[in-house]
Amino acid sequence: MNKLTNVFNHNSNLLSIYFTAGFPNADSTLHVLKALEQGGTDFVEVGIPYSDPLADGPVIQNSSSRALANGMSLKMLFDQLKELKNTVNIPVILMGYLNPILKFGIESFIENCRQVGVSGLIIPDLPYEIYLEKYQTLFEQNNISNIFLITPQTGEERIRKLDRASTSFLYMVSSAAVTGVRDGLSESQIQYFERIKNMQLKTPAMVGFGISNHKTYREVCRYAHGAIVGSAFIKHLETHGDDASEIIKFVKNLKNN
Amino acid sequence: MTKEELSKSFHPDEKGFYGPFGGAFIPEMLIPNIENLKKNYLKVIHSETFKKEFKSLLQDYAGRPTPLYYASRLSKKYNSHIWLKREDLTHTGSHKINNTIGQILLAREMGKKRIIAETGAGQHGVATATVCALAGLECIVYMGEIDIKRQAPNVARMKMLGAEVRAATSGSRTLKDATNEAIRDWIAHPTETYYLIGSVVGPHPYPDLVARLQSIISEESKQQFREKTGNEFPDYVVACVGGGSNAAGSFYHFLEHPQVKLIGAEAAGMGLSSGKTAASMALGETGIIHGSMTYLMQTDDGQITEPYSISAGLDYPGVGPLHAWLNKSGRAKYLSVTDKEALQAALLLTREEGIIPALESAHALAALNQMEIKPDDNVIITISGRGDKDMQTFMDQLNLV
Repeated sequence: MNKLTNVFNHNSNLLSIYFTAGFPNADSTLHVLKALEQGGTDFVEVGIPYSDPLADGPVIQNSSSRALANGMSLKMLFDQLKELKNTVNIPVILMGYLNPILKFGIESFIENCRQVGVSGLIIPDLPYEIYLEKYQTLFEQNNISNIFLITPQTGEERIRKLDRASTSFLYMVSSAAVTGVRDGLSESQIQYFERIKNMQLKTPAMVGFGISNHKTYREVCRYAHGAIVGSAFIKHLETHGDDASEIIKFVKNLKNN
Repeated sequence: MTKEELSKSFHPDEKGFYGPFGGAFIPEMLIPNIENLKKNYLKVIHSETFKKEFKSLLQDYAGRPTPLYYASRLSKKYNSHIWLKREDLTHTGSHKINNTIGQILLAREMGKKRIIAETGAGQHGVATATVCALAGLECIVYMGEIDIKRQAPNVARMKMLGAEVRAATSGSRTLKDATNEAIRDWIAHPTETYYLIGSVVGPHPYPDLVARLQSIISEESKQQFREKTGNEFPDYVVACVGGGSNAAGSFYHFLEHPQVKLIGAEAAGMGLSSGKTAASMALGETGIIHGSMTYLMQTDDGQITEPYSISAGLDYPGVGPLHAWLNKSGRAKYLSVTDKEALQAALLLTREEGIIPALESAHALAALNQMEIKPDDNVIITISGRGDKDMQTFMDQLNLV
């Protein structure tokens, strides 16, 4: 069984945290992962830095440019992740745009993911239709879960389709926006969360984009299986660096206030 | 191949692919917008109302048809017959207006209230700001911070036309990043906003939509050539290629006639091996940029590289998927022209014919030097825009004081 599926089977109010590989330093990746686990993160989303991250706001864009300037690449990332299984037990998923993956070679990319123990992938610019046509078999043979996004604009029929194709969780983009820290949740966001909850999908959903503190995390947990925090953690790393005790404190504050 | 098969092979399939190129590699956030556009664009542009209004605006507002001019002194110089398709004579000074008029009518028909666009040199930005003023719609143009500085006159024009010019401050701060910002804006404003893209790039159906709107160039030149020469077809059609919209329009109605040789001129910048170039066809490899599978310049790790060309309009690391396919299938040939060659070609046209071309168009003119033209050959070259915006560069580079 996929590690990621397992987490959803046994827990609710999940907290997932995103950070960009190679940020703030080239060799931060494993160090940050370990501290996140110690703080109580349920699973981690590691971003593959890209020159043109279309779905990301300024905070993640900036971490991406800095990681690239630090020399981060897929090759370097997989080298670092060779120690993944010896470092953490929580599931790790990778988030990255399609072009560097294609350049690396998607078969070899998936093979590497399986070898180092990556459980799932979020590839925002790989649409469901192309995944289905070209890559589903490859992913499934390697026990790698492909994670689909849904947004407030996604129609019901399409959500049902994505739900059926999903093997771990659906990533609920909290509003029409790119990634970034936002203040609170609006009435229309709550209505959207309720609408999805009432659809009683077979796959659990995690809410991401704009979730930045304990309050918003707890609030979305009322409607979904948990929340994903990205930009707020990148900001933390910008300020405090990859210091483990600060990271642990950050996660604990988010989870338990 | 039959005529029908030929025609089919140069139009995208249902999913937006030209051979292996094109498609719509977009985040889920953009799917509803793209689906909506896909559902509507052909229906709208084939409707009688649209056709009538588009035609009338092209004629009375943009000044079409543009002349097909026989450049006799240039012809003598090259010992051949050279015809210039004068897109530089349109309102706002480049072919970009053909596309923006068409798309603003489409946006209005789709009930959109807010228009966003990207621009490099500012020609598409100006053309967009112009039609937004005409239609009374809000207009926001994303432009790289560096381009804002080097294209100040066009920034002023956009502002006077009532557009808001927003600086793209990420990455290389040029056209590629302006396009990223426009796409991010569209993600954040999915219902009321129309993204008026300026070239035959981006996710399907944009490349097809823009090519169709620009096809007026070859619709006219095909007929004009026949009327003026009595010959059915020219031997060559030549146009410059950044994203490739004027080339797509210049080639469009000749695509199915293999006797017409199609030549695209892309920007080699300081030279193909200089590391400072925008020759995505010569140097690029297949990858994804702005939602489309095409040739693009990238590192070994698949990061998109910063292009360079003296011409801001050709300064793009990718190329429209139609061109990638025309190149791969051999239907068109793409030549690379350096900054220096383009500058010389611009000066030559100016001195021989009294026409100052845009630096972009000068690349098409310079391609003549790399072609083996015979004395009886008829060559149509598209002058995509006029050189007013490039005067500072000309003054500096050609030592004109």
